[in-house]
Amino acid sequence: MNFLGYRRPDGRVGVRNKVLILPASICAADTARIVASNVDGAITFHNQNGCAQIPSDQQLTMDVMAGFAANPNIYGTIVISLGCENCQMDLVVDAIKERTNKPLKTFIIQEVGGTIATVEAATRAAREMVQEASVLKREEFPVSELILGTECGGSDPTSGLASNPLIGETCDRVVDLGGTAVLSETTELIGAEHILAKRGATPEVSQRIFDIVYRYEDALKKVGSDPREGNPSPGNKAGGITTLEEKSLGCIHKGGHRPVNNVYDYAKQMKTGEGLVIMDTPGNDPSSVAGMIAGGCQVVVFSTGRGTPTGNPVAPVIKITANPITYGKMKDNIDVDASGLLENPESIGEMSDALLQEICDIASGKATKSESLGFMEMAIARVCNYV
Amino acid sequence: MKATVIDARDNVAVVLGEVKKGDPITFTKGGKSFEVTAAGDIPPYHKIANEFIPKGQLVIKYGEHIGIAAEDIAEGAHVHVHNVLNSREDLHKEVNA
Repeated sequence: MNFLGYRRPDGRVGVRNKVLILPASICAADTARIVASNVDGAITFHNQNGCAQIPSDQQLTMDVMAGFAANPNIYGTIVISLGCENCQMDLVVDAIKERTNKPLKTFIIQEVGGTIATVEAATRAAREMVQEASVLKREEFPVSELILGTECGGSDPTSGLASNPLIGETCDRVVDLGGTAVLSETTELIGAEHILAKRGATPEVSQRIFDIVYRYEDALKKVGSDPREGNPSPGNKAGGITTLEEKSLGCIHKGGHRPVNNVYDYAKQMKTGEGLVIMDTPGNDPSSVAGMIAGGCQVVVFSTGRGTPTGNPVAPVIKITANPITYGKMKDNIDVDASGLLENPESIGEMSDALLQEICDIASGKATKSESLGFMEMAIARVCNYV
Repeated sequence: MKATVIDARDNVAVVLGEVKKGDPITFTKGGKSFEVTAAGDIPPYHKIANEFIPKGQLVIKYGEHIGIAAEDIAEGAHVHVHNVLNSREDLHKEVNA
């Protein structure tokens, strides 16, 4: 099965062709917002970080910034910094260049001469870059070029019963076709880590699965907390999920049935053709989605039981629910109705064929509902993390 | 009303619609068909006890442990936060065993 994408000079294949206006810190975020709003085809996000961070926390921000710039859905990047922040322009540029050789321009507000002068110069540069990008034509590529992210948010028992198994079955197909599929959300591996560890391709991978789960729990214990204080959420409970273990056991179905070949830290660069991998991300949806997209995912499939509008500026997020009541109420936000699986579990093969086709259609340019509505929620994981 | 038992080891089932007290609930477990009577109202997709679960016993869904019964849970009763406690187990041991 193939899709139509854009070949980048670093060899990777994108499914969108946008110019990223990248704020190096919160102090450049509004300037970046104004620049992106001036140019059709440019995108940005609100970076809350980039300054006043300790090194381990700053590294998470740097990895997301560099990863977004390197994501193959991005044609090129214009970095805007204030000038005095911890995420100095040369550090950001070096981090991007470690990952990609795509077009890159920079503007430092304090050097250019304030935000109005920067908006003018960066808008002109963004316009030029968007025009260069517009000349590219989509070409046909196999599914093996995809790194497919998986996420669940606003889960209810239909997630574990139907939509997550459907995503898992589809991940199996992507893996069997030579692609990479990513399971995420470490908080929602808690209580199910043994099942994944048994599927580790090597003893080291199995140990890493335990390590990321215990690291998460230990970090929360150090501040006198427990992940159960924030998870399951009130909506998960109203939907019928009782404990974190129950949520996790439903969550991991998104990873399908293939061996786990690698475990990545948050926002680190992943590889194509690696089969099923895990990324250590928080359960907070926008920050987990952002980590996987920074790692190179061109498309994310996202199951929901309660219904969520989540999108992302860099990659399409395909929303799926198996709860017919939720689909009825929130079909403006949800792309795929998988409720037929609840009554008819044997249709999973047919439905995963259809979901893979939908992934290829969206990769080829069809807009998701979150894209067409302009949803681009964004959060970056912190050392003192979300749950 | 139908309910789904995900794994033959499960002592709970997921109800596939809104359940009223006294409704007959049918499900298949380990290849056999069963019917229990709902002991109370249960919202869609919540859990029902498919057998009696004594206080202190593990509550099992997906063939795995999701918590511990905080009280005796009658067959046909709604199983949720009011009668289930969290339990964190050492799952590393299970893999090494």
